Amino acid sequence: MLSISNLSVSIGAKPIINGLSLDVPAGQVHAVMGPNGAGKSTLSYTLAGRAGYEVTSGSATLDGENLLALSPDERAAKGVFLSFQYPLEIPGVPALTFIRTALNAQHKARGEAEVSAPEFLKRVREAAGRLRMDMDMLKRGLNVGFSGGEKKRMEILQMLMLEPRLLILDETDSGLDIDALRIVSEGVNALRAPDRGMLVITHYQRLLDYIRPDRVHVLAAGRIVASGGPELALELEREGYDKYAQGGRAAA
Amino acid sequence: MSLAAAIAARDPDLLPSRRDEDWRWTGLRELIRIVPPPSPRVDQIDANPLLTGLSWPLVVFANGRALGEGQISVPAAARAGFVRRFASVSAGAGHHLDAPVTLGEGARLVLIDSFEGRAEAYLASASLGFDLAADAEVERIVLLDDAQDAVSVASTIVGMGPRARFHQTVLAGGAKRQRFETLVRHPGAGAALRLDGVYVLTGKRHSDQTTVVEHTGEGGVTTQLTKGVAADQARGVFQGRIVVHRGADGADARMAHHALVLSDRAEIDAKPELEIYADDVACAHGNTVGALDEASLFYARARGIPDAEAKTMLTSAFLGEVIEGILNEEAREVAGQWLKARLEALA
Repeated sequence: MLSISNLSVSIGAKPIINGLSLDVPAGQVHAVMGPNGAGKSTLSYTLAGRAGYEVTSGSATLDGENLLALSPDERAAKGVFLSFQYPLEIPGVPALTFIRTALNAQHKARGEAEVSAPEFLKRVREAAGRLRMDMDMLKRGLNVGFSGGEKKRMEILQMLMLEPRLLILDETDSGLDIDALRIVSEGVNALRAPDRGMLVITHYQRLLDYIRPDRVHVLAAGRIVASGGPELALELEREGYDKYAQGGRAAA
Repeated sequence: MSLAAAIAARDPDLLPSRRDEDWRWTGLRELIRIVPPPSPRVDQIDANPLLTGLSWPLVVFANGRALGEGQISVPAAARAGFVRRFASVSAGAGHHLDAPVTLGEGARLVLIDSFEGRAEAYLASASLGFDLAADAEVERIVLLDDAQDAVSVASTIVGMGPRARFHQTVLAGGAKRQRFETLVRHPGAGAALRLDGVYVLTGKRHSDQTTVVEHTGEGGVTTQLTKGVAADQARGVFQGRIVVHRGADGADARMAHHALVLSDRAEIDAKPELEIYADDVACAHGNTVGALDEASLFYARARGIPDAEAKTMLTSAFLGEVIEGILNEEAREVAGQWLKARLEALA
């Protein structure tokens, strides 16, 4: 599924990711954990295709296809979904309109038929119900005036509607209370499937109590410095990132 | 100095010039060297598909002349809806028209004014008066659909009685030079004024929305919101002046202008002015000019919406705030269709 090989990324002249390699096979959930500044958000933005993130070497492919050559919307149509750490507010565009536009654009790009309005509404109602979201929230401007937790639910709602093949969750647990965390995690877990991969990027182990990873990777100074099973996340929670940090900070 | 005077005398020296401070961004004398002959008389014009769904009575001007009754009078306490069409149908010709509207006490009017260019390279001038008695209400939507090679200037002069309400939304598509002026004498006395505008400009089109509001009595309210977008080599001009005269204490005036520039060669010129000579006045103005928000654009694209579609969606949402302010549902619907068509041309 997702294969990242020797990837290096700079913002401006500053290298952030330095030779990162990572494989997420279909059907698996991989967690990437790391301290602040390790390059976690840079990795997710690079995979989604944000401007300003310059790939200086390496590759990232989805089922063998070069992701880095595609525009952000083309990547989305191929099935890449980034759940943003800080979802945007878009005044004047109701969430329903936004999601329907995105869904139909993806269908069009893949040469599939549009989803009819009744079918779309039926599916949105189901997804919103699952996430305990009020339909009224979906009629207002996207994320406008929403709390951090509500915005994260809206991300998961979009994920449920768009049914991506590769899910990238960037710090989805930040700003969530325990109830919201459980609801959001249930939404994500509902999407676990043999033909789907997930990359869960997080600072804290907490989210991984709810979204069980198959593999855990430690990201420090722009590369993967350790990989292991779920027990690695527990170790990080106990002992922190110090031993993976570089230079003087590790000694301190 | 006015386009009307220049057309009447066929004398280009009577045109307003860039050297006139109020015309610095819309100078006509520098543009027009020969004033063309008077527009010929025409007796009918084609329907405007945007307006055919409306059941309100029509008032039609063609090449500056009314076809039938040109005046609108709404008697005291009556309610009315009208569509007025001002069509310019002859290329290389010029005309001026006067069209008054009067409302008796407590009368209410919803009016769509549609300026339509059906030929290239015309000069069109219009003087549009509104006289509102006490407690009268007007909601006016103005559609400016001039030809791209035309020069068009329309001046609206509004007089309001106590507690009257005048709410105007101008939707401008630009022309070679297009200027829409609104001059209001605000009596205070519980009267409320709202002047809103939208402009969507492509190619080399130019549009100028100029407003002058004079608060002359105590306790008047003025609210203004203009939003626009300029692409290609287009130029949007907003000039808003609010004068609170001595004695107009307690006036509440708020003016906002926000514009998006979609190309390096497009230009927005804005001049908001507040002149205050009274006490206890709440006045504010806000003005922003910028590009589409890159982060919002990336967010939409990361969800699979292609670049052009995402830009149109965000631009539509940005301008849509003004359309949402239109109270009359049928008029709002027409304005929404106007905007949709203009945005499609933008993409």
